Amino acid sequence: MNDNPVLRIVAKIIIPMILLFALYVQFHGDYGPGGGFQAGVIFAAGFILYGLVFGTEALRSAVPPHILRIFIALGLVLYAGVGVTTLLMEADFLAYNALSQDPVAGQHLGIFLVELGVGITIGAVMITVFLGFAGRNDP
Amino acid sequence: MLIEVVNVVILALLAVTALAAVRLNDLFAVTMMFGIYSLLATIMFVVLDAIDVAFTEAAVGVGISTVLMLGTIGLVGRRARKASHRPILPLIVVIITGAALVYGTLDMPRFTDPAAPVHQHLGPYFLNESPDQIGIPNVVTSILASYRGYDTLGELAVIFTAGIGVLGLLGLRRRKRPGHEGGAR
Repeated sequence: MNDNPVLRIVAKIIIPMILLFALYVQFHGDYGPGGGFQAGVIFAAGFILYGLVFGTEALRSAVPPHILRIFIALGLVLYAGVGVTTLLMEADFLAYNALSQDPVAGQHLGIFLVELGVGITIGAVMITVFLGFAGRNDP
Repeated sequence: MLIEVVNVVILALLAVTALAAVRLNDLFAVTMMFGIYSLLATIMFVVLDAIDVAFTEAAVGVGISTVLMLGTIGLVGRRARKASHRPILPLIVVIITGAALVYGTLDMPRFTDPAAPVHQHLGPYFLNESPDQIGIPNVVTSILASYRGYDTLGELAVIFTAGIGVLGLLGLRRRKRPGHEGGAR
Protein backbone atom coordinates (compact mmCIF):
# COMPACT_ATOMS: atom_id res chain seq x y z
CA MET A 1 0.00 0.00 0.00
CA ASN A 2 3.09 2.15 0.11
CA ASP A 3 2.57 3.88 -3.23
CA ASN A 4 -1.00 5.06 -2.70
CA PRO A 5 -0.64 8.83 -2.12
CA VAL A 6 -4.26 9.35 -1.00
CA LEU A 7 -3.91 6.67 1.67
CA ARG A 8 -0.58 8.03 2.87
CA ILE A 9 -1.77 11.63 3.17
CA VAL A 10 -5.09 10.74 4.79
CA ALA A 11 -3.24 8.50 7.26
CA LYS A 12 -0.81 11.29 8.09
CA ILE A 13 -3.69 13.67 8.78
CA ILE A 14 -5.80 11.21 10.74
CA ILE A 15 -3.17 9.50 12.94
CA PRO A 16 -2.49 12.55 15.18
CA MET A 17 -6.24 12.92 15.67
CA ILE A 18 -6.58 9.26 16.66
CA LEU A 19 -3.77 9.63 19.21
CA LEU A 20 -5.26 12.87 20.57
CA PHE A 21 -8.70 11.22 20.84
CA ALA A 22 -7.09 8.30 22.71
CA LEU A 23 -5.59 10.74 25.23
CA TYR A 24 -8.99 12.43 25.60
CA VAL A 25 -10.67 9.06 26.25
CA GLN A 26 -7.91 8.18 28.73
CA PHE A 27 -8.08 11.32 30.84
CA HIS A 28 -11.80 12.01 30.43
CA GLY A 29 -12.85 8.52 31.52
CA ASP A 30 -13.89 9.83 34.95
CA TYR A 31 -16.50 12.11 33.38
CA GLY A 32 -17.72 10.35 30.26
CA PRO A 33 -17.62 6.94 28.67
CA GLY A 34 -14.15 5.53 28.26
CA GLY A 35 -11.11 4.78 30.34
CA GLY A 36 -7.82 2.97 30.16
CA PHE A 37 -9.02 -0.06 28.21
CA GLN A 38 -10.59 1.89 25.38
CA ALA A 39 -7.85 4.53 25.32
CA GLY A 40 -5.10 1.93 25.11
CA VAL A 41 -6.80 0.19 22.20
CA ILE A 42 -7.45 3.46 20.34
CA PHE A 43 -3.87 4.63 20.92
CA ALA A 44 -2.60 1.30 19.56
CA ALA A 45 -5.00 1.62 16.60
CA GLY A 46 -3.27 4.85 15.60
CA PHE A 47 0.10 3.09 15.51
CA ILE A 48 -1.38 0.04 13.77
CA LEU A 49 -2.81 2.30 11.04
CA TYR A 50 0.69 3.72 10.63
CA GLY A 51 2.05 0.18 10.35
CA LEU A 52 -0.62 -0.82 7.81
CA VAL A 53 0.03 2.15 5.54
CA PHE A 54 3.79 2.66 5.86
CA GLY A 55 4.83 -0.93 6.54
CA THR A 56 5.71 -2.76 9.74
CA GLU A 57 9.38 -1.85 9.32
CA ALA A 58 8.50 1.86 9.67
CA LEU A 59 6.32 1.06 12.70
CA ARG A 60 9.21 -0.88 14.23
CA SER A 61 11.50 2.11 13.97
CA ALA A 62 8.76 4.39 15.38
CA VAL A 63 8.19 2.14 18.42
CA PRO A 64 11.19 -0.16 18.90
CA PRO A 65 10.27 -3.59 20.32
CA HIS A 66 12.51 -3.22 23.36
CA ILE A 67 10.62 -0.04 24.33
CA LEU A 68 7.31 -1.89 23.83
CA ARG A 69 8.47 -4.68 26.14
CA ILE A 70 9.23 -2.16 28.87
CA PHE A 71 5.83 -0.48 28.47
CA ILE A 72 3.95 -3.80 28.64
CA ALA A 73 5.36 -4.34 32.12
CA LEU A 74 5.31 -0.66 33.14
CA GLY A 75 1.51 -0.38 33.10
CA LEU A 76 0.99 -3.43 35.30
CA VAL A 77 3.77 -2.30 37.66
CA LEU A 78 2.12 1.14 37.93
CA TYR A 79 -1.24 -0.44 38.78
CA ALA A 80 0.17 -2.88 41.31
CA GLY A 81 2.50 -0.15 42.60
CA VAL A 82 -0.50 1.98 43.58
CA GLY A 83 -1.71 -1.02 45.61
CA VAL A 84 1.69 -1.48 47.26
CA THR A 85 1.83 2.26 48.01
CA THR A 86 -1.50 2.12 49.83
CA LEU A 87 -0.21 -0.94 51.72
CA LEU A 88 2.87 1.02 52.78
CA MET A 89 0.55 3.81 53.97
CA GLU A 90 -1.03 1.27 56.31
CA ALA A 91 -4.27 0.92 54.39
CA ASP A 92 -5.70 -2.03 52.44
CA PHE A 93 -4.32 -3.02 49.02
CA LEU A 94 -5.71 -0.55 46.43
CA ALA A 95 -7.61 1.48 49.09
CA TYR A 96 -7.08 4.85 47.38
CA ASN A 97 -8.48 6.85 50.30
CA ALA A 98 -5.03 6.71 51.92
CA LEU A 99 -3.32 8.45 49.00
CA SER A 100 -4.38 11.92 50.14
CA GLN A 101 -5.65 13.77 53.20
CA ASP A 102 -9.05 14.06 51.57
CA PRO A 103 -10.50 10.59 50.76
CA VAL A 104 -12.23 11.80 47.58
CA ALA A 105 -9.01 13.41 46.30
CA GLY A 106 -7.24 10.12 47.10
CA GLN A 107 -9.82 8.24 45.06
CA HIS A 108 -9.34 10.64 42.13
CA LEU A 109 -5.56 10.20 42.22
CA GLY A 110 -5.79 6.42 42.58
CA ILE A 111 -8.27 6.01 39.72
CA PHE A 112 -6.18 8.32 37.51
CA LEU A 113 -3.04 6.26 38.13
CA VAL A 114 -4.57 2.80 37.70
CA GLU A 115 -6.39 3.87 34.53
CA LEU A 116 -3.08 5.19 33.21
CA GLY A 117 -1.47 1.83 34.02
CA VAL A 118 -4.29 -0.01 32.21
CA GLY A 119 -3.93 2.24 29.16
CA ILE A 120 -0.14 1.83 28.94
CA THR A 121 -0.17 -1.98 29.16
CA ILE A 122 -3.13 -2.44 26.78
CA GLY A 123 -1.70 -0.09 24.17
CA ALA A 124 1.73 -1.73 24.25
CA VAL A 125 0.28 -5.27 24.16
CA MET A 126 -1.94 -4.43 21.17
CA ILE A 127 0.97 -2.99 19.15
CA THR A 128 3.07 -6.01 20.15
CA VAL A 129 0.44 -8.50 19.02
CA PHE A 130 0.02 -6.62 15.73
CA LEU A 131 3.78 -6.62 15.12
CA GLY A 132 3.97 -10.30 16.08
CA PHE A 133 1.38 -11.30 13.47
CA ALA A 134 1.83 -8.76 10.69
CA GLY A 135 5.61 -8.45 10.92
CA ARG A 136 6.25 -12.13 10.24
CA ASN A 137 5.90 -12.22 6.49
CA ASP A 138 7.80 -9.10 5.58
CA PRO A 139 9.82 -9.53 2.44
CA MET B 1 -42.27 -0.01 20.99
CA LEU B 2 -39.60 1.50 18.76
CA ILE B 3 -36.88 -0.01 20.95
CA GLU B 4 -38.39 -3.49 20.52
CA VAL B 5 -38.41 -3.10 16.74
CA VAL B 6 -34.78 -1.96 16.77
CA ASN B 7 -33.81 -4.89 19.01
CA VAL B 8 -35.54 -7.44 16.80
CA VAL B 9 -33.96 -6.00 13.65
CA ILE B 10 -30.46 -6.01 15.20
CA LEU B 11 -30.85 -9.55 16.56
CA ALA B 12 -32.06 -10.77 13.16
CA LEU B 13 -29.09 -9.09 11.45
CA LEU B 14 -26.74 -10.67 14.02
CA ALA B 15 -28.11 -14.12 13.17
CA VAL B 16 -27.82 -13.46 9.42
CA THR B 17 -24.22 -12.23 9.81
CA ALA B 18 -23.25 -15.25 11.92
CA LEU B 19 -24.79 -17.66 9.38
CA ALA B 20 -23.02 -15.88 6.54
CA ALA B 21 -19.71 -16.14 8.41
CA VAL B 22 -20.25 -19.89 8.82
CA ARG B 23 -21.28 -20.45 5.20
CA LEU B 24 -18.61 -18.38 3.49
CA ASN B 25 -15.40 -20.00 2.30
CA ASP B 26 -13.35 -16.87 1.69
CA LEU B 27 -11.63 -16.03 5.00
CA PHE B 28 -11.29 -12.36 4.05
CA ALA B 29 -15.08 -12.13 3.71
CA VAL B 30 -15.51 -14.04 6.98
CA THR B 31 -13.33 -11.47 8.75
CA MET B 32 -15.48 -8.66 7.36
CA MET B 33 -18.56 -10.53 8.62
CA PHE B 34 -17.03 -10.66 12.11
CA GLY B 35 -16.42 -6.92 11.92
CA ILE B 36 -20.05 -6.32 10.94
CA TYR B 37 -21.16 -8.65 13.75
CA SER B 38 -19.17 -6.61 16.29
CA LEU B 39 -20.59 -3.37 14.90
CA LEU B 40 -24.14 -4.72 15.31
CA ALA B 41 -23.27 -5.80 18.86
CA THR B 42 -22.02 -2.25 19.48
CA ILE B 43 -25.38 -0.83 18.35
CA MET B 44 -27.09 -3.36 20.64
CA PHE B 45 -25.04 -2.14 23.62
CA VAL B 46 -25.86 1.49 22.78
CA VAL B 47 -29.56 0.62 22.68
CA LEU B 48 -29.12 -1.02 26.11
CA ASP B 49 -27.48 2.24 27.38
CA ALA B 50 -24.18 0.44 28.08
CA ILE B 51 -22.04 3.11 26.42
CA ASP B 52 -18.74 2.04 28.01
CA VAL B 53 -19.21 -1.55 26.82
CA ALA B 54 -20.24 -0.33 23.37
CA PHE B 55 -17.10 1.79 23.24
CA THR B 56 -14.93 -1.22 24.08
CA GLU B 57 -16.71 -3.43 21.57
CA ALA B 58 -16.27 -0.81 18.84
CA ALA B 59 -12.56 -0.37 19.57
CA VAL B 60 -11.64 -4.01 20.21
CA GLY B 61 -14.20 -6.05 18.24
CA VAL B 62 -14.51 -3.88 15.14
CA GLY B 63 -11.04 -2.38 15.11
CA ILE B 64 -8.19 -4.38 16.58
CA SER B 65 -9.46 -7.95 16.20
CA THR B 66 -10.35 -7.36 12.52
CA VAL B 67 -6.80 -6.15 11.89
CA LEU B 68 -5.32 -9.09 13.82
CA MET B 69 -7.45 -11.59 11.88
CA LEU B 70 -6.35 -9.97 8.62
CA GLY B 71 -2.74 -10.30 9.77
CA THR B 72 -3.36 -13.99 10.46
CA ILE B 73 -4.93 -14.46 7.02
CA GLY B 74 -1.75 -12.95 5.59
CA LEU B 75 0.08 -15.84 7.25
CA VAL B 76 -2.26 -18.77 6.58
CA GLY B 77 -3.79 -17.92 3.21
CA ARG B 78 -7.21 -16.77 2.17
CA ARG B 79 -9.12 -19.98 1.44
CA ALA B 80 -10.73 -22.18 4.07
CA ARG B 81 -9.80 -25.83 3.68
CA LYS B 82 -12.73 -28.19 3.19
CA ALA B 83 -13.63 -30.05 6.38
CA SER B 84 -12.58 -33.69 6.22
CA HIS B 85 -15.46 -34.96 8.39
CA ARG B 86 -19.21 -34.45 8.36
CA PRO B 87 -20.41 -31.74 10.74
CA ILE B 88 -23.29 -33.79 12.23
CA LEU B 89 -21.84 -34.48 15.70
CA PRO B 90 -20.67 -30.88 16.33
CA LEU B 91 -24.07 -29.65 15.13
CA ILE B 92 -25.89 -31.90 17.63
CA VAL B 93 -23.61 -30.73 20.47
CA VAL B 94 -24.18 -27.07 19.57
CA ILE B 95 -27.97 -27.50 19.33
CA ILE B 96 -28.16 -29.26 22.71
CA THR B 97 -25.94 -26.61 24.35
CA GLY B 98 -28.00 -23.82 22.80
CA ALA B 99 -31.26 -25.40 23.94
CA ALA B 100 -29.89 -25.78 27.48
CA LEU B 101 -28.85 -22.11 27.53
CA VAL B 102 -32.26 -20.97 26.27
CA TYR B 103 -33.92 -23.20 28.90
CA GLY B 104 -31.68 -21.53 31.51
CA THR B 105 -32.87 -18.04 30.53
CA LEU B 106 -36.48 -19.03 31.28
CA ASP B 107 -35.68 -18.80 35.01
CA MET B 108 -34.06 -15.39 34.74
CA PRO B 109 -35.95 -12.26 35.81
CA ARG B 110 -37.59 -10.28 33.04
CA PHE B 111 -35.42 -7.68 31.30
CA THR B 112 -35.57 -4.27 33.12
CA ASP B 113 -37.41 -5.88 36.06
CA PRO B 114 -36.61 -3.61 39.04
CA ALA B 115 -37.14 -6.52 41.47
CA ALA B 116 -34.38 -8.57 39.87
CA PRO B 117 -31.70 -9.67 42.39
CA VAL B 118 -29.00 -7.78 40.48
CA HIS B 119 -30.83 -4.50 41.22
CA GLN B 120 -31.33 -5.34 44.90
CA HIS B 121 -27.87 -6.24 46.14
CA LEU B 122 -24.74 -4.14 45.42
CA GLY B 123 -26.04 -2.13 42.46
CA PRO B 124 -28.01 0.44 44.49
CA TYR B 125 -25.14 0.75 46.98
CA PHE B 126 -22.66 1.62 44.22
CA LEU B 127 -25.09 4.03 42.57
CA ASN B 128 -25.99 5.81 45.81
CA GLU B 129 -22.57 5.94 47.47
CA SER B 130 -20.32 6.56 44.46
CA PRO B 131 -20.91 10.36 44.27
CA ASP B 132 -19.92 10.80 47.95
CA GLN B 133 -17.22 8.13 48.26
CA ILE B 134 -15.51 8.44 44.87
CA GLY B 135 -16.78 11.78 43.62
CA ILE B 136 -16.57 11.18 39.87
CA PRO B 137 -19.61 11.37 37.57
CA ASN B 138 -19.01 8.14 35.62
CA VAL B 139 -20.13 5.33 37.94
CA VAL B 140 -18.79 2.71 35.53
CA THR B 141 -15.26 4.05 36.03
CA SER B 142 -15.64 4.25 39.79
CA ILE B 143 -16.84 0.62 39.97
CA LEU B 144 -14.18 -0.60 37.54
CA ALA B 145 -11.19 1.20 38.99
CA SER B 146 -12.08 1.57 42.66
CA TYR B 147 -14.83 -0.72 43.99
CA ARG B 148 -13.68 -3.57 41.76
CA GLY B 149 -10.02 -2.60 41.58
CA TYR B 150 -8.85 -6.16 42.28
CA ASP B 151 -10.81 -7.52 39.30
CA THR B 152 -9.40 -4.88 36.99
CA LEU B 153 -5.87 -5.63 38.22
CA GLY B 154 -6.54 -9.28 37.42
CA GLU B 155 -7.84 -8.39 33.94
CA LEU B 156 -4.75 -6.32 33.29
CA ALA B 157 -2.59 -9.23 34.41
CA VAL B 158 -4.44 -11.45 31.90
CA ILE B 159 -3.71 -9.00 29.06
CA PHE B 160 -0.10 -8.69 30.24
CA THR B 161 0.21 -12.49 30.15
CA ALA B 162 -1.35 -12.61 26.68
CA GLY B 163 1.18 -10.06 25.45
CA ILE B 164 4.05 -12.02 26.98
CA GLY B 165 2.66 -15.19 25.38
CA VAL B 166 2.61 -13.60 21.92
CA LEU B 167 6.13 -12.30 22.47
CA GLY B 168 7.28 -15.78 23.46
CA LEU B 169 5.54 -17.58 20.59
CA LEU B 170 6.02 -15.19 17.70
CA GLY B 171 8.76 -12.85 18.84
CA LEU B 172 9.17 -9.42 17.34
CA ARG B 173 12.41 -9.85 15.45
CA ARG B 174 12.14 -9.67 11.70
CA ARG B 175 12.12 -13.13 10.12
CA LYS B 176 13.89 -13.80 6.85
CA ARG B 177 11.88 -15.73 4.31
CA PRO B 178 13.05 -19.26 3.55
CA GLY B 179 15.55 -19.11 0.72
CA HIS B 180 16.81 -15.64 1.59
CA GLU B 181 20.22 -15.94 3.18
CA GLY B 182 19.52 -19.53 4.06
CA GLY B 183 16.74 -20.63 6.36
CA ALA B 184 13.73 -19.15 8.08
CA ARG B 185 14.69 -19.11 11.72
